[in-house]
Amino acid sequence: MEQIIDIFVRSVFVENMIFAYFLGMCSYLAVSKTVKTASGLGLAVIFVLLITLPVNYLLDRYVLSPGALAQINPAWATVDLSFLSYILFIAVIAAMVQLVEMVVEKYAPALYNNLGIFLPLIAVNCAILGGSLFMQERAYQNIWQVLAFALGSGFGWFLAIVSIAAIREKLSYSNIPAPMRGLGIAFIITGLMGIAFMSFMGIQF
Amino acid sequence: MNKRIFLDPLFKNNPVSVLALGICSALAVTVKMEPALVMALSVTLVTGFSGFILSLLRNTIPDRIRIIVQLIVIATLVILVDLILKAFAYPISKQLSVFVGLIITNCIIMGRIEAFALHNKPFPSLVDGIANGLGYGIILVAVSFFRELFGSGTLMGYPLIPEKWYVAGGGFYENNGLFILPPMALIVVGLIVWVFNARNAKNDKKAWNK
Repeated sequence: MEQIIDIFVRSVFVENMIFAYFLGMCSYLAVSKTVKTASGLGLAVIFVLLITLPVNYLLDRYVLSPGALAQINPAWATVDLSFLSYILFIAVIAAMVQLVEMVVEKYAPALYNNLGIFLPLIAVNCAILGGSLFMQERAYQNIWQVLAFALGSGFGWFLAIVSIAAIREKLSYSNIPAPMRGLGIAFIITGLMGIAFMSFMGIQF
Repeated sequence: MNKRIFLDPLFKNNPVSVLALGICSALAVTVKMEPALVMALSVTLVTGFSGFILSLLRNTIPDRIRIIVQLIVIATLVILVDLILKAFAYPISKQLSVFVGLIITNCIIMGRIEAFALHNKPFPSLVDGIANGLGYGIILVAVSFFRELFGSGTLMGYPLIPEKWYVAGGGFYENNGLFILPPMALIVVGLIVWVFNARNAKNDKKAWNK
């Protein structure tokens, strides 16, 4: 239990997707002009991470990792399919995003209207594939840890995009040098926010 | 025509600093210059060849499933790059860790395929892909230049600041540890964007006055 809380808190604050690894920067910069759309995209990222990470974890553990196929046929104990992981992870993500989009459209039209336009964007969001690759690299031991990691990193991403959107809304009233407007100042503010987030570095449970 | 396709993405329409594409996977590898160069090279190869292959296929892919076809082609190329790095440059491949895999979701690649390769002949697509990869590489190398110089006092691993300048050797100089931390990458990119935009604005004004 303690370990799960530790993974959650670390992935929200210390190993934040945006501030520590710059994952999902493209949509983070493009869709952070107003708080409302930013929170829509943030929710969609949490949602998709929570679905794709466990699926990719099971795929990695029972199909791709070295020797995993021995359960089906002992003669396959030396088969190592891990070089296929990129292609399968991205296929799972693209398929899951499509599936989630259809299910949400059918059963929760209100949610679909809020998330709808963002869902296809998310298939190519680096934060999602990055989540899967980090999960593979850090070798989490069971599915609860993976879920805690998914929820934590999704929430950290949500926190980052909503706060930058709030700051950018206020910024539109300030007098910034012309060449800095838009992209330049967004980078620098993200950097300053990252420095602020570094103060959480020592947190441990 | 081909010259413009090649030169535009390097400065005027630089994918990173002007169009804000492909920053995702990149900045984390800019602490040192060597991995940044390798990363830039890998991205250039993948953008170039994915543009070339998809341009060859452009008339046979049904519109509805084009995204997944693009992803498969890109992912295959990235696997090739990853395996080559693992075979011939293992230490750097370890340093780049997950970021080689993240080339798949680099928006520059998808963006160039959608915007250029699907409507153009294979050779211009190859040139366009390579030029955009190089435009991305310029920013990556510039950021890593400043971060390595100020953060570790070295370039490509060779020490540049004389030993006796350091406080430990009785001098006055100390490396700025902030440059090694992730937030500084963003601030350096912000400043580079500033320079690029100011230059482009000046050029536009000149063109306007003519």
